[in-house]
Amino acid sequence: MKAMAKRIGLTGNEAIAYAAKQCDVDVVSAYPITPQTIIVEKYSEYVADGEVDTELVNVESEHSALSACIGASLTGARVFTATASQGLALMHEVLYIASGLRCPIVMGIANRALSAPLNIHGDHSDMMGSRDCGWIQIFAENAQEAYDWTIQAFRLSEDPGVLLPSCVNIDGFIISHSMEGVEVLEDGAVRAFLPPRSDARTIDPERPSTIGPVALPDYYFEFKRQQAEAMRKVPPVLEKVCREFEKASGRGYGKFQSYGMRDAKTAIVCMGSAAGTARHVAKALRGRGERVGMVKLWLYRPFPADELARELEGLRSVVVMDRAISFGAPFGPLCSDVIGAVHGKLPKLKILNAIYGLGGRDVTTRDMEALYRDGLRAAGAKALRAPVKYVGVRD
Amino acid sequence: MSIVEKRGWRGVPLGATIPEPGTSALYKTGAWRTFKPVIDQGKCVKCLICWIYCPDAAIKRKDGEVEIDYEYCKGCGICAAECPVKAIRMEEE
Repeated sequence: MKAMAKRIGLTGNEAIAYAAKQCDVDVVSAYPITPQTIIVEKYSEYVADGEVDTELVNVESEHSALSACIGASLTGARVFTATASQGLALMHEVLYIASGLRCPIVMGIANRALSAPLNIHGDHSDMMGSRDCGWIQIFAENAQEAYDWTIQAFRLSEDPGVLLPSCVNIDGFIISHSMEGVEVLEDGAVRAFLPPRSDARTIDPERPSTIGPVALPDYYFEFKRQQAEAMRKVPPVLEKVCREFEKASGRGYGKFQSYGMRDAKTAIVCMGSAAGTARHVAKALRGRGERVGMVKLWLYRPFPADELARELEGLRSVVVMDRAISFGAPFGPLCSDVIGAVHGKLPKLKILNAIYGLGGRDVTTRDMEALYRDGLRAAGAKALRAPVKYVGVRD
Repeated sequence: MSIVEKRGWRGVPLGATIPEPGTSALYKTGAWRTFKPVIDQGKCVKCLICWIYCPDAAIKRKDGEVEIDYEYCKGCGICAAECPVKAIRMEEE
């Protein structure tokens, strides 16, 4: 049954804060950093106005913020935080502790470039720098998706078969600061979708335990192997969570979203706000008879390798867009993952990699059309030269 | 749970939590030792300065004598260095 919904104007940051408010979060600990600040600022207003029953822990750094979140999460509390860029980088070692201790924390990330040179604008360098941290990583295209995924992320993380932290990524400024119409659920509908945490793993003085012990060469590997297995269990739980969320909201989600893939010869694979531009251009090109498509990944970790390979099966070429550089690597991080996903399955697929939009550089419809033309040319070509291209940078 | 019996990855507790207290006693660390402290009971004046200094609580008192618990002593040598009557010597294992 679809619950009564209302549509309100929210920026991406506000959409995440609003979702967290409805998720009945027990503890929030965070440190302000552009372009995320408004998430926590807005949430602190909810606390000050008595709209939520949340302990807001002010700390002196992101390292401490996530550390406080871990302590709270281990007591069985529902915990939320948010960060970006240098803040995520400062959290780096603590990210691994949160996932290693299996804390179902949810974090909003307004993706921003990493220094140096200093830049406050949107790209995916921050998340990509921590992509191996053991968190479930979701990328939203717009404020609506940011709202919907924040609610779904709590259900996913807190599933007793998963118990891993999640982060919901939005492109800094492009999504974090742009106001859009967002359809929000009634508080009661969110409560019904998201019951309180049910895992029994809480701190209890009656049952003393040791959390975060040392594990030497004789044990460490077993715990990491177990963590890899938890990641492997995410996709089926995600499907279940998305089905139930669709019942509550009428909006369906999954691992990725496709456009025009039924008959496409070439396609763009991307994440975040660029997907809107890619879809717009694909639509225009398809109107002129070009067989182009698009796949927007929602779920980046765990990477939906098998499903994505099946989705790309009919293509002759694909252009993978990376809003980050993996310095010294043969490709951008997303492209490396796509190549890994199709390895041994689609040997004839020609794969191009476009590095774009660093430090908030716009990616325009003209850029996007040029990438589709590259893809169409590659689809008919015998061999590929220089598969990595830097889009929109001055020579 | 016993931490002596080594379990596979399916059987280890979630997030490396040790679900019961006091299990560090099951983890014998004596094999880490290269040098072993040996007490000359004839010289020992039972001042227990070694007991105060031992970082591993490996100095025991038994029947009025001072003893070393070799299951946990890691052989750091602090007891030998601090002994005011030089009653403890370090022997290579």
